Amino acid sequence: MSFTAPEIAWGALSPVVIVLVAGIVGVLVEAFVPDRARRAAQLVLAFGAPVGAIVAVAALWDGVSSSGGTDVLDGSLLVDGPTLVIQGVIAVLTLLALLVVADRTATGEDAFAPTAASIPGSDYEELARRKGLTQTEVYPLLLLATGGMMILPATGDLLTLFVALEVLSLPLYLLTGMARRRRLLSQEAALKYFLLGAFASALLIFGVALVYGYSGTLRYSEIAAATGTPSALDPLLLVGAVLLLVGLLFKVGAVPFHSWTPDAYQGAPTPITGFMAACTKVAAFGALLRVYYTIFPGLQWDLDVFLWTVAIATMVVGTVVALVQTDIKRLLAYSSIAHAGFILTGVVALDEAGISAVLFYLLVYGVATVGAFGVVWLVRERTVPQASTDVAADELAEAGDEDLRTSVLGEATHLSQWAGLGRTHPALAGAFALFLLSFAGIPLTAGFIGKFAVFSAAVDGGAWPLALVGVLSSAAAAFFYVRIIVLMYFTPAPGRDDAAVEPSDEDAAPVVESRASDENAAPGEDVALAGADGSSAVATLVAAPTATTTTTVVPSEGLAAVAIAVAAVLTVVLGVFPTPVLDLISDVARFLP
Amino acid sequence: MSPDFPWLTTLIAWPVLGALVLWFAPRALRPRARVVALGVALVELVLLGLALTAFDTADAGTVQLTETHRWIPAIGASYAVGVDGVGLALIAMSVLLVPLVVLAAWREQGSGTTTSDALRHYLALALVLEAFIVAVFAARDVFLFYVLFEAMLIPVYFMIGGYGGAERRYAAVKFLLYSLAGGLIMLVGVIALYLQGPRGEDGFLTEKLTGLDLPTGTERWLFVAFFIAFAIKAPMFPVHTWLPDAAEQAPAGTSTLLVGVLDKVGTFGMLTLCLPLFPQASRWAAPVVIVLAVVSILYGALLAIGQKDLMRLIAYTSVSHFGFIVLGIFAFTSTSVAGSSFYMVNHGLSTGALFLIAGFLVARRGSQQIDAFGGLQKVVPVLAGLFLVAGLSALSLPGLSTFVSEFMVIVGTFARHPAAAVVATLGVVLAAIYVLWTYQRIFTGPPREEVAGFRDVTATERWAVAPLVAAMLVLGFVPGPALDLVRPPASVTLDVVGVQDVPAAALEGSDQ
Repeated sequence: MSFTAPEIAWGALSPVVIVLVAGIVGVLVEAFVPDRARRAAQLVLAFGAPVGAIVAVAALWDGVSSSGGTDVLDGSLLVDGPTLVIQGVIAVLTLLALLVVADRTATGEDAFAPTAASIPGSDYEELARRKGLTQTEVYPLLLLATGGMMILPATGDLLTLFVALEVLSLPLYLLTGMARRRRLLSQEAALKYFLLGAFASALLIFGVALVYGYSGTLRYSEIAAATGTPSALDPLLLVGAVLLLVGLLFKVGAVPFHSWTPDAYQGAPTPITGFMAACTKVAAFGALLRVYYTIFPGLQWDLDVFLWTVAIATMVVGTVVALVQTDIKRLLAYSSIAHAGFILTGVVALDEAGISAVLFYLLVYGVATVGAFGVVWLVRERTVPQASTDVAADELAEAGDEDLRTSVLGEATHLSQWAGLGRTHPALAGAFALFLLSFAGIPLTAGFIGKFAVFSAAVDGGAWPLALVGVLSSAAAAFFYVRIIVLMYFTPAPGRDDAAVEPSDEDAAPVVESRASDENAAPGEDVALAGADGSSAVATLVAAPTATTTTTVVPSEGLAAVAIAVAAVLTVVLGVFPTPVLDLISDVARFLP
Repeated sequence: MSPDFPWLTTLIAWPVLGALVLWFAPRALRPRARVVALGVALVELVLLGLALTAFDTADAGTVQLTETHRWIPAIGASYAVGVDGVGLALIAMSVLLVPLVVLAAWREQGSGTTTSDALRHYLALALVLEAFIVAVFAARDVFLFYVLFEAMLIPVYFMIGGYGGAERRYAAVKFLLYSLAGGLIMLVGVIALYLQGPRGEDGFLTEKLTGLDLPTGTERWLFVAFFIAFAIKAPMFPVHTWLPDAAEQAPAGTSTLLVGVLDKVGTFGMLTLCLPLFPQASRWAAPVVIVLAVVSILYGALLAIGQKDLMRLIAYTSVSHFGFIVLGIFAFTSTSVAGSSFYMVNHGLSTGALFLIAGFLVARRGSQQIDAFGGLQKVVPVLAGLFLVAGLSALSLPGLSTFVSEFMVIVGTFARHPAAAVVATLGVVLAAIYVLWTYQRIFTGPPREEVAGFRDVTATERWAVAPLVAAMLVLGFVPGPALDLVRPPASVTLDVVGVQDVPAAALEGSDQ
């Protein structure tokens, strides 16, 4: 018996290899590079890897677009158009997300616990905090997750699919539990995410087993060939296919497999939330597209019932539950669930237009998501001495380091705390409003083009009822996006004298009267949000507030601001001139069989 | 002027440029924001004048000043603009209104000498809105039209929600959600229409989608999807409820643009999209639409009579007037359709004047309640006179331009649907009640204590209203040139819809 070593086309693998190698080197850096140089070394690796992956994708592009793609590692990985698009999108989004992850406040605090192993609230933790320790393992973990994400949509057999899913998931479970503040919440979220994720993985591997039992092979193309012939084992295939899809639908956060999403999104460190909300969804949808388009086209009639139900439930539940959220991260989590539903309508279209529509949607959704969570990370609570409740935001910049360290707290995630942000921080609020409008699908933002593309693919594929449900839930979803804009722009910040913000602005008497009554009587839904838990979690534990807090934007090293600016520009440019990107994607949007 | 110059693109780009200057102006320029905004709006007016000279009036039925560029070939969308007589008349009306709104905002949003940041943003939003308005009236691509139709909600939303009265947030959200809901239903229609058409890289061009041989059922569904969006926008009974709230809460200048111009996009869409794209479905739906239009006329007028709030009252009069416009469009006679087109322009002038003057009154009194006024005639005679002229235009007094258009609509409708025309005429009678009774309550009788010492109309206010009154008088006595713009497109529309025109005999003499 002789062993033939498989021929490996390293060139076609290069985007994945670059990222994974950088991740592994990052682990070594943790072990061998001295403390003070570690962060710099990790940053070079972390930023270099996605850039290298983008270059590699660009280098592979022409070959793949002319040849249609190649299979690598004896068919375990398929490097075709959709693979490259998704790897490129993931690399770009990772780069953006990394900017937020790597950003630190002016006092050098990042979003992660000084030592994640310490017990929340312990002396050891306090010591680590005072020593200024940082957990630079974040970067290799993130790169390894990215590597998994880049493999997932490229897989050509079910076992590789499973391995890739685990490679992307395990680092994310860890990262979820590493928040600097509200650590119990973070750890609880990580545990939930891990348990439910393990459950989903089990379902997936069970599905793999059933499909293998039916077809006797793990290779996509061979399974597809086997599904062509009717046999007595059809129920086995159908159950296996559904379980397989469930495993992937879990990762995209589709209803009814979504219950981890709000908790994980809320508990994870916000920069990580942005990363996993954007990139995981891209990777999992990429895999879902490939599985649905290349393995099971023969089962379309049977699976349609299942996927239509899931898509409709996802859109409706995501939208309706988001309507009643009061925490910005949970709200964005439910909104991401609703978006998973919109993208699913493009997946079930089952044609080429559907593929490119979904890929474009993933890009614009990811960009806006990273940007939005970047904003959330910057908007902080700040303690205010009881004496003066109306500290101007500018004073923050002049305050000393020690003052900042003690007074600036965690993210101001309660919606009521966002009131008046549009007046105090117009640029940041403007960018956030732009992301929200893009989520809502308002024309001239990228989100509209994405929605238009998936709905039109769905209608073309005969799934017009899905498009109709999508449109109706978009209309409902607009309500909660708009509610945040109302809060930021039209609602005065609590405790802040509105007249002082707009001085000498109203000699027209009715306006003055109304503003005043507005503030005192406070009718309407916005103010109802300002519940007792408006200020929360001061210390590392979920603890009661010790002082009045106000909302501020923390001064940082500026990396997050760069990410937000880039995301905002992309959102506008892709909304007004999407042609180059759409053409690029639709040129290669064909799966290898 | 050369018709080859991209006049429409210039008209669209210039206000955007002005808004950007206002937003990103160096600090030194900021206190001069009003002057800058007014200058931008006036230059736009000059540009419009030049564009008018490039437009061949003798051929007003064909689309002119066209520009077509590929925009998003992947989904079939083009940047295609061009206007026929109706589009040009509406653009002209809008461009005339914007500088007046800017003038009115000087007092409405500012304290007199300094320009606050809030006012600067308001003016910039108004200019952005102007660009959207010009573009939407000029769009010849269904996708482009839809994009603008939805995108222009955003500036209006901020203009209501950021600058209005006590319940402004509620009003702004209600406005946005009504419009978005309508728009998204239309989106499904837009997508389905494209897929029924020839597709391809410029498959959204209106001319490519006109004259398709659609299956009857599909055509009707598509018509309904488009019509709902336009009916909400117009607004027609029973989807009009957002308008009174918005008008009550918005600053008067915003209401002027909202009701005077923006809502015309609804009726304009019915005229230039619903009818040509879905001719058979339009004929099928006409009876229902006509009934709704007549109900709008009477219902709007009756509710207007019952209003206590001045701004709400004007909003309800508009619901009534939009009923007339829709009635004329769906009566399918050349006289009624031309009359509706002309009505759209006149209603902009008349309602604009009413909102602006009412805004002046409210700014003085500090209340929108009609009961809060009384006997103003003796205190502010000029303002009283202006209000009366604007009010009389709302009840279509002969000699004012609104009379011509309302008469054309009723006469044209009578030729085909006598009953509807007769019932609609009641709306004119009710108009006399709500206008004259309001005038009586606000201006006649002994002056109330609170109104003593009010200043009569200021120079700024005079300049803001005078052009509107002048335009109404000129168009009232010499409607010929304006009618030359709207008549040919009306005949073209009827040809496309495929109905035989019913001549309205008595009309020709009445224009003069």
